[in-house]
Amino acid sequence: MKKVTLFLLLFSVTFLYAKRIEVCKNCEILTIKKAMELAEDGDEIFIKKGIYKENDIEVNKAVTISGEKGTIIDGGFISGVLHITSDNFVLKNIKIINVGVSYTKDFAAVKVVKCKNFIIENIELNQIFFGILIEKSHYGKIIGNKLSSTAKDEANSGNGIHIWHSSNMIVDSNEVFGMRDGIYFEFVTESKIHNNRSHHNVRYGLHFMFSNNDTYYNNEFKNNGAGVAVMFSKFITMYQNKFLNNWGSASYGLLLKEIYDTQIYDNLFQENTIGIKGEGCTRINYKNNTFLRNGWAIKIAGACYTNVFEKNDFMHNSLDLAYNTKVNDNKFENNHWSEYTGYDLDKDGVGDIPYRPVKLFSYIVNRTPEALVLLRSLFVDIINFSEKVSPVFTPDDLMDKKPIMNKINDRF
Amino acid sequence: MLKILKYSFYDLMRSRWSYVYFLFYLLLGFVLLFLNNDVNKAVITLMNIIIVLTPLIGTIFGVMYYYNSREFTELLLAQPINRKKIFMGQFLGISISLTLSLVLGLGIPFMLYGLFKSTAIFNFGLLLVVGSFLNFIFVALSYNIALSTENKIKGFGYAILMWLFLAVIYDGVFLISLVMFDEYPLDKFSLIATMFNPIDLSRILILLKLDISALLGYTGAVFRKFFGTNLGMMLSMSILILWVLIPVVRMNLKLKNKDF
Amino acid sequence: MIDFKNLHKKFGKLVVLNGLDLNIKEGGIFAILGPNGSGKTTLIKCLLGMVIPNEGSIAYKGKSVLRKWDYRNDLNYLPQIANFPPNLTVVELIEMVKNLRPKQSYEQDLIKLFGLTDSLQKKLGNLSGGTKQKVNIVLTFMFDSNLIILDEPTNGLDPIALIHLKELILREKAKGKTILITTHIMSFVDEMADEIVFILDGKIYFKGSVDALKKQTNNDNLEHAIANLIAKQYA
Repeated sequence: MKKVTLFLLLFSVTFLYAKRIEVCKNCEILTIKKAMELAEDGDEIFIKKGIYKENDIEVNKAVTISGEKGTIIDGGFISGVLHITSDNFVLKNIKIINVGVSYTKDFAAVKVVKCKNFIIENIELNQIFFGILIEKSHYGKIIGNKLSSTAKDEANSGNGIHIWHSSNMIVDSNEVFGMRDGIYFEFVTESKIHNNRSHHNVRYGLHFMFSNNDTYYNNEFKNNGAGVAVMFSKFITMYQNKFLNNWGSASYGLLLKEIYDTQIYDNLFQENTIGIKGEGCTRINYKNNTFLRNGWAIKIAGACYTNVFEKNDFMHNSLDLAYNTKVNDNKFENNHWSEYTGYDLDKDGVGDIPYRPVKLFSYIVNRTPEALVLLRSLFVDIINFSEKVSPVFTPDDLMDKKPIMNKINDRF
Repeated sequence: MLKILKYSFYDLMRSRWSYVYFLFYLLLGFVLLFLNNDVNKAVITLMNIIIVLTPLIGTIFGVMYYYNSREFTELLLAQPINRKKIFMGQFLGISISLTLSLVLGLGIPFMLYGLFKSTAIFNFGLLLVVGSFLNFIFVALSYNIALSTENKIKGFGYAILMWLFLAVIYDGVFLISLVMFDEYPLDKFSLIATMFNPIDLSRILILLKLDISALLGYTGAVFRKFFGTNLGMMLSMSILILWVLIPVVRMNLKLKNKDF
Repeated sequence: MIDFKNLHKKFGKLVVLNGLDLNIKEGGIFAILGPNGSGKTTLIKCLLGMVIPNEGSIAYKGKSVLRKWDYRNDLNYLPQIANFPPNLTVVELIEMVKNLRPKQSYEQDLIKLFGLTDSLQKKLGNLSGGTKQKVNIVLTFMFDSNLIILDEPTNGLDPIALIHLKELILREKAKGKTILITTHIMSFVDEMADEIVFILDGKIYFKGSVDALKKQTNNDNLEHAIANLIAKQYA
């Protein structure tokens, strides 16, 4: 018993005497590497402002590394910069620039391997290959960082926040642009991604695969090369996100591929080539989303079962829905469609005749994509009208039986 | 020619139908802007209307004016004026007065709405330019038909058929051939087929500016490459100009041996 | 002054002028007569450049007129049906025609003569047929030209206007002008014409004075004389 008390006492003493090591141009300690050699668990390393040309710094002790305005670590385009392998570390208020580019190694500004309980906060990364690269770690927080680069093509660029085989991560209030993928998750579970802005990335704003039980909310994904891709995952919740301006011949607001048991609600899809593209999606609820001025609001490619589209607003999309399979047991109900031309005689706010979101033209375009050159031609309007009156080609059970007359969601 | 133009123009500017046409666009502009509150969306809706309506109105006005002023034209023909100038004056008079109805009718509400601060100004400008071209093209085409057809009813019928062909039937044949031959590469074909119809050409020009090219996939890339650059824009404008010039040249050739 | 030579004109299969030769000397009133469809109007329109002959030549004052237009400055034409742009006013129309011809005009007296002062500000579309014809006459006579061509000038005129018209024609004749008239009113021809040109089957069938025609057909009444000529065609 006494031994234990003594141990605890000793422990707290060491804790009390945790050192603060300062690094600067005129200090005793000139480099971060030197500081790391001297540091012990629990120490704080404070890097005063100035440019430090260092790379491959091993951080293998539970330290707090922080800086002030003007603290810059310059990797000189050689390799990675910080390589962290310790639990319980904190990294904040530092700017890291010029990470080396490699086709074989994942050089990162901050690489975290097998860590727990860490915080990366208010870090600015510029001219980087990978930004924050996290492997096999748990309980980490990545908050308020700004990551940017000037990626031109996919081969020469890395991802912003890249997390692999981890769990219980929080990614909050970061801004990522000019990378390959803004935020990349692979095998990441039980995590939350919120308040982030990911824009102008070469490929995806957000890209995740095999990542179950994650929650994404209040993020903005704008002007990314291909939008957002979500694949091979289940039990996902996505709400209050904005998917904006993802224009391009192979772009979408949100690509869903092999997704199960997912809730997608209160999101805004605006001016994307395809708002949502779904392939092999099952048991997904789309509720209270707004689809505004997209090329196609929704494109369902195949093998989708038990999807429910409810209380969404479909406003001014060039084509509301493209559907190249059977309707299966997917349901459209109580949505608002700006193209709806029906009436509401009993004034209950619900249109008295059903709305068919798949037009004949949309069906033809699915078969012959070149036919799209005739979009908005009078002839197309005429055939759409005749198909509406008596459906021949389009699935006649695909309809919203109770379309809502007025816009439902006023969040946006 | 300017004198004839001036009088044809005044004559039309005072006709009830010019006012109706002008008021129609004015009302349309106001309704679209103040109900819609979205300039971009209004431009798309306007495009749908302009692409069908300006050719139709141009055709009808052209044919009607020709047949209704036949006797007056005879009076002019007896005056010491070159007959080419008489008809060019009338053609320009109709085209300009229709264009003015279009530009003012839509321009006023958009100006009041504060278009100049909006980013849509370029798209709107393009819409007006294309609409004006359609006016000139279809007045010229309908004048050609009227010059070649003595019978008023027949001429009117042919003119409407011409409009129907270019506005609807052409696209139908176009669509059917796209679906029939969909195993062949169709981008070049689509591009050329668009050139041969001023309505399609105008539609594509506006749609590409409204960034629908992204929807077109590979074909879109070809179209974008063609129309998206300044050269492509110049080229398609030149084709629209050709669409005005060829009927005008034919009109003048026809006039050489035409008996009144 | 006017010389038509070997004039041919076909409309489709229909031969209207068939090698017509005609010479009209300066001064005097010439009535161009003939049954319906004989080619009177076509002949006049050829002269005006509105119809282009298939073959032959037309010379005015010794110069060919085919595909020319400036000679028309020395020529006034009264068209058969006066249909004007309905939205112009009378005064605007007069101004316009004046505008088109670089020539002195004398419309004021004519407007008074035909009592058009009150109608000047009215739109042409609102005028009666007779008033339109009066406007038509004003437009024709307001210029001082050597050749005047009148196509059915008496259409729709009231008796007073008709008297004024006759006076006008005689006044112009007195000035030594050449006046070509087509009409179906034989009394008008009898009263006015110095010479008759009778066209039949696209050719000149008779050319000479009224008296000569009466003599040739042994008929004192011009109407009957003409009828006689036409009857020969059917015979």
